[in-house]
Amino acid sequence: MPTSINHSPDFVARHLGPTPDDVTEMLQVVGCESIDQLMGETVPDPIRFQGPLRIPAGVPEAELLAQVREIASANQVWRSYLGMGYSGTITPGVIQRNILENPGWYTQYTPYQAEIAQGRLEALLNFQTAIIDLTGMEIANASLLDEGTAAAEAMSMLFGRGRKRRGHVFLVAEDCHPQTIGVVRTRAEPLGIEVRVGPSRDFAFDETVFGGLVQYPATDGGVHDYRDLCRAAHAAGSHVAVAADLLALVVLTSPGEFGADVAVGNTQRFGVPMGYGGPHAAYISCREEFKRQLPGRIIGVAVDVHGEPALRMALQTREQHIRRERATSNICTAQVLLAVMAGMYAVYHGPAGLARIAGRIRKQTATLARGLEAAGHEIVHQVFFDTLRVRPAQGAEAVLGAAKAARINLRDFGDGTVGVALDETVTPDDLDDLLAVFGAGGSSTGLADSFEPASYPAHIVRCSPFLTHPVFNSYHSETEMLRYIHRLESRDLSLNTSMIALGSCTMKLNATTQMTPVTWPEFGGLHPFAPVEQARGYARIMADLEGWLAEITGLPAVSLQPNSGAQGEYTGLLVIRARQHALGQRHRDICLIPSSAHGTNPASAVLAGMKVVVVSCDKRGNVDVADLEAKATRYADRLAAVMVTYPSTHGVFEEEIRNICDIVHRNGGYVYLDGANLNAQVGLCRPGDYGADVIHINLHKTFAIPHGGGGPGMGPICTTAELAPYLPGHPVVPVGGKAAIGAVAAAPWGSASILLISWAYIALLGRDGVTEATRTAILNANYMAMRLEDHFDILYWWGSGSGRVAHEFIVDLRPLKKATGITEEDVAKRLMDYGFHAPTMAFPVPGTIMIEPTESESRAELDRFCQALISIRAEIEQVELGLQDRVDNVLKNAPHTARVVTADDWDHGYTRAQAAFPAPWLREHKFWPHVGRVNNAWGDRNLICACPPIESYQTPETARR
Amino acid sequence: MSDIPAGLRYTTEHEYLRESDEPNVYYVGITDYAQGELGDVVYVELPEPGDSFAPMETFGTIEAVKAVSDLYCPLAGEIVGVNEALDDGPELVNTDPYGEGWMIRLRPDDPEEVDRLMDGAGYGTHIGE
Repeated sequence: MPTSINHSPDFVARHLGPTPDDVTEMLQVVGCESIDQLMGETVPDPIRFQGPLRIPAGVPEAELLAQVREIASANQVWRSYLGMGYSGTITPGVIQRNILENPGWYTQYTPYQAEIAQGRLEALLNFQTAIIDLTGMEIANASLLDEGTAAAEAMSMLFGRGRKRRGHVFLVAEDCHPQTIGVVRTRAEPLGIEVRVGPSRDFAFDETVFGGLVQYPATDGGVHDYRDLCRAAHAAGSHVAVAADLLALVVLTSPGEFGADVAVGNTQRFGVPMGYGGPHAAYISCREEFKRQLPGRIIGVAVDVHGEPALRMALQTREQHIRRERATSNICTAQVLLAVMAGMYAVYHGPAGLARIAGRIRKQTATLARGLEAAGHEIVHQVFFDTLRVRPAQGAEAVLGAAKAARINLRDFGDGTVGVALDETVTPDDLDDLLAVFGAGGSSTGLADSFEPASYPAHIVRCSPFLTHPVFNSYHSETEMLRYIHRLESRDLSLNTSMIALGSCTMKLNATTQMTPVTWPEFGGLHPFAPVEQARGYARIMADLEGWLAEITGLPAVSLQPNSGAQGEYTGLLVIRARQHALGQRHRDICLIPSSAHGTNPASAVLAGMKVVVVSCDKRGNVDVADLEAKATRYADRLAAVMVTYPSTHGVFEEEIRNICDIVHRNGGYVYLDGANLNAQVGLCRPGDYGADVIHINLHKTFAIPHGGGGPGMGPICTTAELAPYLPGHPVVPVGGKAAIGAVAAAPWGSASILLISWAYIALLGRDGVTEATRTAILNANYMAMRLEDHFDILYWWGSGSGRVAHEFIVDLRPLKKATGITEEDVAKRLMDYGFHAPTMAFPVPGTIMIEPTESESRAELDRFCQALISIRAEIEQVELGLQDRVDNVLKNAPHTARVVTADDWDHGYTRAQAAFPAPWLREHKFWPHVGRVNNAWGDRNLICACPPIESYQTPETARR
Repeated sequence: MSDIPAGLRYTTEHEYLRESDEPNVYYVGITDYAQGELGDVVYVELPEPGDSFAPMETFGTIEAVKAVSDLYCPLAGEIVGVNEALDDGPELVNTDPYGEGWMIRLRPDDPEEVDRLMDGAGYGTHIGE
């Protein structure tokens, strides 16, 4: 055949691990003639999708990038002074290249295995410390999804705390950002909280009020003193949350100092591009007394078995075993990558650098105010930081028109005033252009040289120090910063070292080409509330993606707003609830959830105002259909929905899924499908075809958005046409259905910039490639299961005797624990010595590990991982046979740090080489765990979540006194 | 084998009732078996004195390294005291579950109900020991 001159769509081969030859051999191990036969034995026939997916064929990588360039040029990056919680920012190049664009930082999952995540944990501790310092609070978490949801979390937190004794009213200042008010309202309604929006000066804290929310500075730029408001709230036994701009806190009194109880906000302007809405890290911080109510992940300081300081996620049980029916939050993730960036921005600039940036912005704003006042315009608030509300002498229309002509976005308040919010990117030329837009002549430089703004009034000005810790005062040259970033990176095991076989997490390839456009200014530089006609490129991406997701799920209506999986669950249930209400079925409030469900399911149901009824599962992890039918019938008058995961959380294609959906529909309920395991279905079966009404899709699992070390994620939902009218709306940008529920996230399309990654993933693989990915993922899992079967017990083989798993499988370690005392945790820690991250531990079955290889891992890597496990099995046998001590052995002492194996003393019953180099490939490349096994209980009992002073690095005994 | 003292009363959810020196007031905590299953306890969320609970209603939560679990009130009754020592020393639940690791002092609405709970032998059978 003559050589073709066309580029071949070779990305499929780049994305899939096994070569065609590998596949042939792997099928022999699995005992199948063909991959089609394997699929036939794995996916139940009645639900198999027959047709080809109606999405385009794949394209080569170079061609895709050319396409994206063209699409990018349809976005117009005007200068945006819209503010509202989103600001222009300069991402330091050293952070952009070495963190945002570096797989050593963006490919990891959540830091469940602390010993091999110390770099990221330190970066997050820096973030928490910066938040604690700037907000003047005592404890902060490692980020939330966005400012709107953070405000809603603050409300839930205060409500949960006061529920027993206090009222149900939450006061919200009318000068909060509109999207924040929208998200808070959406969250409040199903919980029975009454939100009253009004001027903060009129807040009346009576016995019905459990809390209030104010914005600082206000959305229109005014800086108000909330001391008296906080005092009044506390006198009435109520509490105050403040949504505060982090950069403003460099120059303004912190919320902690003026008496607030909780602070929330966006950290985007600390070096994270706006990205048309996200992803960015929101923060939440609070007083010590609220620490047990603080939602999300908290990084804490603990110690390892050697008494050395070690970091880990504190109160981790709250997440893995989230409080199910008693939840006050369903938050299960963070925005780790973005929080790391914001924390590093603080490290790089330090307190003096931040003061310079904030001081310059304030001076620019004051300069603009002078120029505008001189030209006869009214400045509505005289005390401001970076935002002016201006009443133009000639009316708003003329100014807005002139701005448009100059390709400048100003905020239109709709009452004859306009808003101008400045940021660190603003230059003197920009100020001149702004003056011109307002018809005020003159040069900003001349103006600026002629005055210095008066200091803020004493009750407003910041006097307290911040970022005093050495970490914020050491790395201000690029060389030092580069090395600090690299040092932390090298303490983290990421996909650039080895496979991360976390079951239910789908740690597949995050291809470079998919990531590349995210940081292009045409995508990164757009303000989320810029007029939609400036974002035609984004519109094209989102329309494509919506269409493809609809085709893949068989559910035609899509909302891209939910910005995490749990958020998607919650949104889907709210949509079902809205439909039930529209049908006059307000009394339908029961949500059936199988006992094997992930803990976020019941938590989301509770937040959506539903009551959870648990359906039992059989020994194989399948839904007990008889129990489901009994409960659906018993609650036929009240049934709202069922939440099922498919394939099940146990990695099994349940044959009864269609029947389950039918039972629920017959009894008046809707079927919510948890899409966590969609990677086993794409192209093989479609939820819409077998009866699902709503599904959320974890784009960060199935559609290749990197996990970012624990965020960002995206959880868009797809629904039937019947539910389409209720898809979420937004108070600033019109989106959603005709009878839309309120906003569930701060930005209309959630974290818009990373939608590009999923778009590129599908575009590159095309209709055949996405299906091939699923088939390969299932083959890889079955191959590993077969290889491990002789050495371990594999749980829940699907079907009667066919012996197939879906895309993941569970290895039962309980028999070994019984015989030897070796636990799943010991195995997980020992895997680190072999250079691997452990699979998912103890979910969904205690005492087990769940392995999900994904399609992207090569046969060689699968073999290496199997060898590691088999070798560990032999080590356990040594204990079983009494050849190794039950307490002092390679497993119980794992992981072994370089310091331990090179120490002068060594008194174990095994050699140093057995400890640290138990497999041949380690001679080639050895990843050293930075610390020994972390003592979690110590850390949870002694919660420290800020950078400890250097001198406090001491042994637990002394620290506890 | 876990410790199951005789003379106490037990629930299927692993709470115990122990007599106090005050008539018709009982210490309530979780059993040695339960603390072993939970692992290191890091936090115990308790109700306030004066609160009343229905039988098997949740009166608090316990956070351990391995799991978060609800605490169930064995009988209908009123809380007359809570163990504030657990605030700073949640590990007492592990080290001395039947003594210093008690959680609440409960005054049952119906003293007769106490004897309907399992005794030590019954609880031992319940947990398979």
